[in-house]
Amino acid sequence: MASFTNPMAASRSTGPVILAWAFVERQTNLWKRYWAWELVWLVYGVVNTLAITFIAREVEQAGIAGARDANDLVLFLLLGTLVWAYLSAVLDDISLVITWERWEGTIEHTLMAPVPRWVHLVGMSVFGVLHAIVRTLLIFAIALPFFAVDFSQADWLAAVAVMAVGSVSIAGLGILAGVLPLLYPERGTQMSFMVQAVVLLISGVYYSVEVLPGWLQILSYASPATYILDGIRGAIIEGEGVGALAETLAILALFGALWCRFPSLCSRWRSAGRSAPGS
Amino acid sequence: MEQQALKVTNVSKYFGGGFDYRKLVSWCLPVTASRPAVAHVLRDVSFEVRRGEVFGLIGANGSGKSTLVRVLSTLLLPDSGSVEVFGHDVVKASGSVRALINRVSADPSFFRNMSSYENLLFFGRIYGLSPGEIRVLVPEVLRRLGFKEEMASEPMNHLSRGQQQKVAVARSFLTSPVMMLLDEPTTGLDPRSRRDVQRFIRDVQRDHDVTILLTTHDMEEAEILCDRISFIAGGRIVASGTPLELRERVARGRPVEEIDMEDVFMELTGHDLEEDEAPAEMAAHG
Ligand SMILES: Nc1ncnc2c1ncn2[C@@H]1O[C@H](COP(=O)(O)OP(=O)(O)OP(=O)(O)O)[C@@H](O)[C@H]1O
Ligand SMILES: [Mg+2]
Repeated sequence: MASFTNPMAASRSTGPVILAWAFVERQTNLWKRYWAWELVWLVYGVVNTLAITFIAREVEQAGIAGARDANDLVLFLLLGTLVWAYLSAVLDDISLVITWERWEGTIEHTLMAPVPRWVHLVGMSVFGVLHAIVRTLLIFAIALPFFAVDFSQADWLAAVAVMAVGSVSIAGLGILAGVLPLLYPERGTQMSFMVQAVVLLISGVYYSVEVLPGWLQILSYASPATYILDGIRGAIIEGEGVGALAETLAILALFGALWCRFPSLCSRWRSAGRSAPGS
Repeated sequence: MEQQALKVTNVSKYFGGGFDYRKLVSWCLPVTASRPAVAHVLRDVSFEVRRGEVFGLIGANGSGKSTLVRVLSTLLLPDSGSVEVFGHDVVKASGSVRALINRVSADPSFFRNMSSYENLLFFGRIYGLSPGEIRVLVPEVLRRLGFKEEMASEPMNHLSRGQQQKVAVARSFLTSPVMMLLDEPTTGLDPRSRRDVQRFIRDVQRDHDVTILLTTHDMEEAEILCDRISFIAGGRIVASGTPLELRERVARGRPVEEIDMEDVFMELTGHDLEEDEAPAEMAAHG
């Protein structure tokens, strides 16, 4: 038992990347155990995507729009549901992690480990993003054959750039929502659900933000999801390249940078963990 | 390394109730959160534990033992007073303290659907152990605790409470802490498993120079394991000493070996160990 004789466990110096990866590994193990739920969410995601995108076909059949416009609407709605599937998966994974650990009863043991809070958050975010990519690609692959859509004009590089930069800002939003239950043990979980609901309303997921009443449009500027959706639709429907989307990308990068202020906020985790269960 | 492992100085802890708007804004504005109606759970607690010592903390339900352990493990901030673990302050140097300690609580607290091995893998990894080290250590530790190895791949919620508790003990010793906080480690174990765990604790403590703080309701366990004992009642340390010293304090001429430790506790604290304490007093002591 070599390790027991090691007088100072503290002498182990493990890099933040390896520590963060431990969280990815754990979430993957959990995910395997909850595969039935994963299947449920996949089916839900596919059905949601189909149900909403078929609205475009209805619009065409009812003669409200011509075939050409209806095709654009198919793409518009398809991208909206897919991006929202992706964003909500990231938001869920990150924002529910504290609630989850509280429910499992492991939170005290995780929080008392010698892992800096930001490493914990990065680990959870990396898992959230990877998990969301897998789920969204599956939904995309299953839903695509239902619609004859034309991707010939799409600039995929620009789309990937928007998703990559956008993921950082969404992870930040997820962390904000995830920290709430720690700061406010009584109401935090409810608050983090509300954050997600409001983001859905103001970000123009199924419509352009211009259709919202003026005062809601103002809020939409504050949601990174607005710019992600804008950028993705620009890249795939209009074929805008990275250059044309520079402004959107810059705004998203700014959101991402803002969230980097978070480690100082997270230093409050310890005092906020005071109502963790197990007393 | 320092000879003094733990130094607790005048620690008090309150639990405040109700919503406080200052908490809401305190991360962006320079205000400090106030404490409205409060329960005074730890009162001016002071004691020291020497390196390599096993120190027992005995008290009735609700006397503040777990709260104290949470303060020592950096999960709660003391409202006043200070705690040093091998010279590191639990508030100012929480990172250094965390690397030195680990804890077993009465409630095993694992990811229920993951196997014990997967749980141990995660909790070892976040203390910086490599998967290779964990693969070697886990079967060894589990064997010494009398835990059947073939159970290690079962989901935690298929294990009995006692088996889970053994995995919890394994989790904390796996990371070779220099200081262990054992909060009722044998609660819920059958006599045989209790002995397995007690023997394991004693062996590790003897062979690996671990300092242990143990809370328990079990007087026999305290006497077997502890070098020194403190009685805690109403959040206050009311008596401390070796088991023999504590007996002598109430002996009044009787031979010490005839005195039951439970009676010593009764006499020194004025409480019955089996009885819950009244909830911590409100407000008046804020
Ligand atoms: N998060 C909390 N909020 C409010 N009060 C709390 C909290 N945690 C503990 N208390 C109160 O503090 C007191 C001491 O609790 P603690 O868990 O420290 O007792 P204990 O000595 O460990 O008891 P037991 O032997 O039952 O484990 C109790 O009166 C409890 O109600
Ligand atoms: Mg307790």
